[in-house]
Amino acid sequence: MLLRHTPTEIRERSALNINPAKTCQPIGAMYAGLGIKGCLPHSHGSQGCCAYHRSTLTRHYKEPVSAATSSFTEGASVFGGQANLLQAIENIFSVYEPEIIAVHTTCLSETIGDDLNQIVDKAVKEGKVPAGKQVIFASTPSYVGSHVTGFSNMVKGMVKCLAVASGKKNGKVNIIPGWVEPADMEEIKRIAGMIGVSFTMFPDTSGVLNGPLTGEYHMFPDAGTPAEDIRAAGDAIGTLALGEWCSADAARTLDSQCKVPCRVLDLPIGLKATDRFIDALRIVAGTSVPDTVNFERGQLIDVISDYHQYFFGKKVALVGDPDQLIALTEFLLTLDMQPVHVVTGTPGKKFEARIRELCAGKGFDVNVRAAGDMFLLHQWIKNEPVDLIMGNTYCKYIARDEDIPYVRFGFPIMDRVGHQYFPVTGYKGGIRLMEKILGVLLDRADRDAPEEKFELVY
Amino acid sequence: MALKHKSIPDVATVKEELLKKYPTKVARKRAKQIVINDVKDGDVVPEVQANVRTTPGIITMRGCTYAGCKGVILGPTRDIVNITHGPIGCGFYSWLTRRNQTKAPLESSENFMPYAFSTDMQDEDIIFGGEKKLIAAIQEAYDTFHPKAIAIFATCPVGLIGDDIHAVARKMKEKLGINIFAFSCEGYKGVSQSAGHHIANNQIFTHVVGEDDTPKLGEYKINMLGEYNIGGDAFELERVLEKCGITLVSTFSGNSTYEHFATAHQADLNAVMCHRSINYVAEMMETKYGIPWIKVNFIGAESSAKSLRKIAQYFGDKKLIDRVEEVIAEEMPAVHAALEDVKPFTEGKTAMLFVGGSRAHHYQDLFTEMGMKTIAAGYEFAHRDDYEGRKVMPSIKVDADSRNIEEIEVAPDATRFVPRKSDEDLKRLAEEGFTFKDYEGMMPQMESDTLVIDDLNQYEADKLIELLKPDVFCAGIKEKFSVQKMGVPMKQLHSYDYGGPYAGFRGAVNFYTEIKRLVTSKVWNDLKAPWEENPELSATYVWE
Repeated sequence: MLLRHTPTEIRERSALNINPAKTCQPIGAMYAGLGIKGCLPHSHGSQGCCAYHRSTLTRHYKEPVSAATSSFTEGASVFGGQANLLQAIENIFSVYEPEIIAVHTTCLSETIGDDLNQIVDKAVKEGKVPAGKQVIFASTPSYVGSHVTGFSNMVKGMVKCLAVASGKKNGKVNIIPGWVEPADMEEIKRIAGMIGVSFTMFPDTSGVLNGPLTGEYHMFPDAGTPAEDIRAAGDAIGTLALGEWCSADAARTLDSQCKVPCRVLDLPIGLKATDRFIDALRIVAGTSVPDTVNFERGQLIDVISDYHQYFFGKKVALVGDPDQLIALTEFLLTLDMQPVHVVTGTPGKKFEARIRELCAGKGFDVNVRAAGDMFLLHQWIKNEPVDLIMGNTYCKYIARDEDIPYVRFGFPIMDRVGHQYFPVTGYKGGIRLMEKILGVLLDRADRDAPEEKFELVY
Repeated sequence: MALKHKSIPDVATVKEELLKKYPTKVARKRAKQIVINDVKDGDVVPEVQANVRTTPGIITMRGCTYAGCKGVILGPTRDIVNITHGPIGCGFYSWLTRRNQTKAPLESSENFMPYAFSTDMQDEDIIFGGEKKLIAAIQEAYDTFHPKAIAIFATCPVGLIGDDIHAVARKMKEKLGINIFAFSCEGYKGVSQSAGHHIANNQIFTHVVGEDDTPKLGEYKINMLGEYNIGGDAFELERVLEKCGITLVSTFSGNSTYEHFATAHQADLNAVMCHRSINYVAEMMETKYGIPWIKVNFIGAESSAKSLRKIAQYFGDKKLIDRVEEVIAEEMPAVHAALEDVKPFTEGKTAMLFVGGSRAHHYQDLFTEMGMKTIAAGYEFAHRDDYEGRKVMPSIKVDADSRNIEEIEVAPDATRFVPRKSDEDLKRLAEEGFTFKDYEGMMPQMESDTLVIDDLNQYEADKLIELLKPDVFCAGIKEKFSVQKMGVPMKQLHSYDYGGPYAGFRGAVNFYTEIKRLVTSKVWNDLKAPWEENPELSATYVWE
């Protein structure tokens, strides 16, 4: 057994996190920064933070992830990191020539109290930022929230540092996609395009973290949301923020900063959440939904009905990030599955309430925990076994020990390909999720069936 | 044998190109770290600046002190509960990501490596101090797992807010009656992972080595220092040593346990693989227990044979010397067969290696065996002695960043210091040309007019590839995909791209086969679509 020391008996812990179901803010900020065109994320801290985040994102995407660091030493940690950041800004613009630098803090620079607002202001005043280029920033202390919070803070930073209301509306809708994969960002854009909405989506990592191999390396691919589009987000007629945890703060900031009203929706994963997203798009665009969208929806319904018998009543354990888990839980319920254990490492009692509300009256009791960990999830599984586990790559240890079918979902996925290229959002994404779930459930049925019960057709 | 190498562009021009774009101050500094190799008589090589700060904003390959301590040194030990004291990230990122393999012999054997333990510090812990939470975390770990030892690792904020992790360790050690010790390995210390290796090794030496005097039985007892069992390297070395009849008391720290460290003082020889990360432990063990050390290298089949012979020569026992020769004779045919298979594809090709503190040197042996030339190499975190050889150690200036790393004073152990060799034996060994503590460094082994670059960064890597077009580039995960986007096969020498082992004889065969795969892979010829190769439309279909 790989996790041989995990006991069935659950003992409440107040201090020790075992097998975390979250990581720290800066990596989320780095990921968000990569979704701006020509942007080099910058980690204001010691160089290990940057190395860890780049490594993790690279393992997840199998793509180059460039980001710079302030390379704090003991001296900087005592006297403050201003000199390091000023020097970094100057060097980055001379050597790597990005259009924009997105600086985030770390637990180190936050603990010593570095003020990014003041340092960046100084950099501008000292002429370290070339004309037409910019430095945006976000405070992302690692000891608050999780990687999800860091993503949210950097997207909010984009709004705060870039968005301006010129006083004249441009007729566009902002879409804040939340922390989803490049493939999902592409899918969200495709759906909005099908509805005929004129929109700006930020951030947008499609084409950045799923790029082609051509024989040439460009540190800044021709992709991502241009900074001027984020600036113009202040003139939009409204904002659709996908995901309360990842996108709502930025949308609300844009509302108070530039008077752009917003609506916060769930991530469009699964039937119902996608329905709500498309309904919202239709309303803001003032158009009717084209038949092509109805066709895709119908296909999703078709697969649900074709394979319902294999979903029905199956128990599932889920671990991941709040926005993803809320939408996924709702989708699994749509399939008449039972998400009996749901854990996120990200804190927030609202999460627990929302999952309980979704599962209420569905004929099973749900175990849900925010600020939980994968050790707890594993113990729950030992106490109440499940038919399926869905979560990031670390779930493979639980899945193997307990011999439970397992679908990779969330971040990070370091041992399989697909999440970069194929969405889980929208109706087509729903079909892909079902394909993955059915794949592991029916492979298991095939593996375990006695010879006389081995089925040709499912 | 004459090797056909591609002509290499003028290295002086390459160096100039690498420096051209830098602001003056950066260029001045990098000029001392980018060196054109020039090997003179007596293995005299040019000075390279190493183990100095990375300039902020320069995209370095380096990590931090915590990574070097918790990840590299303590990562491969399976039966210590390693608690990261800090916000969640550091513990998360160092969770299973270094590919240290371990073989717990029984289902009941302790193995905590698949677990990540963290105090997950919150803002209130930063404001009011995290000691209370750390104490509670240790208690919870003890109550749930009852391990024989618990280690605590500091992350950046811990040092700043002044948590006394060593006092907590002492207190809990007394309370729980198990060994508990702490590492002040805050990420901002030092200039790279190297400081973390040092902090880790000092504490293991202080708190664990020599704790267990239960006699270790066996002939020809050695410790293997600086071997971290990436991809199963340690398993291959264990196989070869066992076959030779050499008793491996401990490995620091591939496939290791607490007990291995605790009994390490009973070995009669320390064989040092990675000089950078651990030479000071070898020194301390010699001072305290009288165990001599030699440098070995088990990367490369010839190097492995040479290292085995050196160990046998040290013990000087005919039985062992003969057995080692038998083993080499048994192992080599498979190596030669593999070389015969790969050489037609690899001979004359070029490699660049930028990794670690020893790998960028050791792996050159494997490439040499395949007839490939290393045209540029450098370390991420090594020091001058790893480049130029130990002979330069007296002339290395200790700067402020290194002075912060604790050096511990060691004296001979009152009862357990035993010289392993008589003066007579030492004299005889010296006459035979046997040398102790001999690390010649990377540069004397490289050809003149090759490039040696310390702390290579993203910009320079891109430029080097553009200018010198190597056939294979070796570094780590962060570099992997930008290199491959340029159409150059890239081999990770941290994680081995999830392959390996590459150490020892079987490892060498694995590596040859892997490099052949990389340089012959058809994908590199398919980068351009047919219409990109011939953009002009020269014909049209006639649909009749």
